[in-house]
Amino acid sequence: MKQSFYLAIKYLQFHKLRTLILFCSIGLILYLPAGLHKLIVESEVQMMERADATPLIIGAKGNSTDLVINTLYFEQSEIDALDLRVLDDLDGSGFGYSIPVVSYFHARGFPIIGTNLDYFNFRSLSIAEGRMLRYVGECVLGASAADRLDLQPGDSLISSPENFLDLAGVYPLQMEVVGILETTNSPDDMAVFTDLKTNWIIMGLGHGHQDMQQVKDPTLILDRDSSHVTASPKLFLYNKIDGKSAESFHFHGDIKDYPITSVLFIPQDAKSSTLLRGRFETGELTDQIVVPSEVVDNLLQNIFRVKQIFNTVFILVGAATLCILGLIVVLTLRLRKEELFTMFTIGSSRNKTMEIIGAELLILVLFSLGFAVLLYSLTGFFVEDFIRQFII
Amino acid sequence: MKKVLLFLLGLLLISCGSRKEEEAKEKPGLPLVSAVNYPLSYFAERIGGDLIQVSFPVPSDVDPAYWVPDDDALSIYQSSDLILANGAEYAKWMHQVSLPASRIINTSAKAKDNYIEVIQGASHSHGPEGEHVHTGFASTTWLDFRIALIQAEAIKEVLLGILPDGHESIEKNYQTLEQELSELHTSMTELSGKLGHETILGSHPVYQYLSAAYGLHMHSLHFEPVEMPSEAQWKELDAMLATHPARIMLWEGEPLPEVKTILLEKGITSLVFNPCASRPSKGDFMEVMNNNMEGFVNPL
Repeated sequence: MKQSFYLAIKYLQFHKLRTLILFCSIGLILYLPAGLHKLIVESEVQMMERADATPLIIGAKGNSTDLVINTLYFEQSEIDALDLRVLDDLDGSGFGYSIPVVSYFHARGFPIIGTNLDYFNFRSLSIAEGRMLRYVGECVLGASAADRLDLQPGDSLISSPENFLDLAGVYPLQMEVVGILETTNSPDDMAVFTDLKTNWIIMGLGHGHQDMQQVKDPTLILDRDSSHVTASPKLFLYNKIDGKSAESFHFHGDIKDYPITSVLFIPQDAKSSTLLRGRFETGELTDQIVVPSEVVDNLLQNIFRVKQIFNTVFILVGAATLCILGLIVVLTLRLRKEELFTMFTIGSSRNKTMEIIGAELLILVLFSLGFAVLLYSLTGFFVEDFIRQFII
Repeated sequence: MKKVLLFLLGLLLISCGSRKEEEAKEKPGLPLVSAVNYPLSYFAERIGGDLIQVSFPVPSDVDPAYWVPDDDALSIYQSSDLILANGAEYAKWMHQVSLPASRIINTSAKAKDNYIEVIQGASHSHGPEGEHVHTGFASTTWLDFRIALIQAEAIKEVLLGILPDGHESIEKNYQTLEQELSELHTSMTELSGKLGHETILGSHPVYQYLSAAYGLHMHSLHFEPVEMPSEAQWKELDAMLATHPARIMLWEGEPLPEVKTILLEKGITSLVFNPCASRPSKGDFMEVMNNNMEGFVNPL
């Protein structure tokens, strides 16, 4: 037996390229279903972890999946906005407290998330460098965002125009980076956090400019009387909030009408959660309320269906590969006819010859299995980063 | 010797700088309740007693309504377990900073239908279709002692929420404060009855809630207690007296003696009615309000 394995190893070593191709292809076929399964399981774990950590989300009526994806994973899909006023009803219910979220804009490819300090307390986000938000116009970066943007506390970050076709519709704001968060291995690492009001300033709902009472240039004024001044579009709006301009920043209209994209609601207990959901179901409160874990679970069930399709494909591909391997073995044996005859001539029995060929195949399969296991292990190391990078 | 003096000076500076944090750390382990004005901090101290630590980091010589916190003061608010807001857009600095909204309690929320809208200068908009800047509300809500009661009750309710074990103490403290505020309301109602339709001048537009709640016929000027009014301001007063004769002017603080003299010549008695938005140099909120009431006795 040992001699058979020795000869098999020497044969495989001699035909290095063919051996390498064979065990890579067999290895991949063995790995792919397992690797995909691991990817999906890990995705499920990570997505469910984030969803399970968020009790309730309230948003405008519409696609619940988009609402959850937007709120939890900061994928800024098109969802309708709510008025800030909705917080009065939610907080007034006495069932818990709400955390508003505005997720519309980007800064150099990273989502700008407007919220208040409650978000950081709720998600247990702490500062690694610099300090927490204090003033409007400041931002705090997730660990990965800071790393990729190569920004430190004290640097500036300008919000991106939402739409190049509507440059007048948003007001790029130069924000001061005041802090960088600790790594959390969650979508929070990739976000740029600001105060809610900073987002509204980017929308143009709030701004700063010189005191209208002090304006002397008549081209800056459309109309003036004793109680009201109408400014013309020529009036320069500050694009940065700092010491000099900070006091001039103000908001027009009623702040309760200002938009938010969603609300995280943290109920006091399960009963409060149920009671609040009941108020939405009866129509006492409009808009929609979703349990993120249910929505994500539903989404993952659909992914599992896709996984089953992939598994079927892999089985078929595997069967085809085995057939091709079988064909290769048969053709190889045909090509080795003279070699096999030489072995017979020098005294190798039929069984011994079969044993040698069997050993070659066994070694191929074992090495392929080893290769598949190696790939699976490597997947285990990188799957979380891969999921955060490309899936969540 | 020079080194010793420098060392002592350094110690003094350090102790001043850390006073705000020390205010917050005096009672470690107790919930930290911060307030945006003195009346609310007073109510919290009276109701919460030893169960809480109260912080009011506004300097006593600054009007809290217009104060802007520095980083240290803002840190106190951000780390507080409760932030007592006045409502009626008091403390506009709250719109410029980041705070944990779940810990902010608008103490006058139940009285928001009673907010008094004021025109503060000229408003503005951008373009003919643009939204106006909201001109704002009068914010000395506590001078309507019924609203002060509502604010005290709101503080009580939120303290009961975070300190359920202190129910007995909190309720007892609140009832004592409630009684005192009710007495203030009764006294002021009686005073207003005696004043009738008599015009009263306000040195500054801070008495809107006092006027509205107790039916005072009040007109406001813009006199500062520590300044001699300008010629234009005296003329404004004379014009007002021509159409609305008055014999009493309320001041936020003691006016200059020469101003009092000139007013007396015009037949106007100066009375101090301190809104007590800031921590008084002597006494407390209740003493200040009682002193305010007593000031009316002689003229009436």
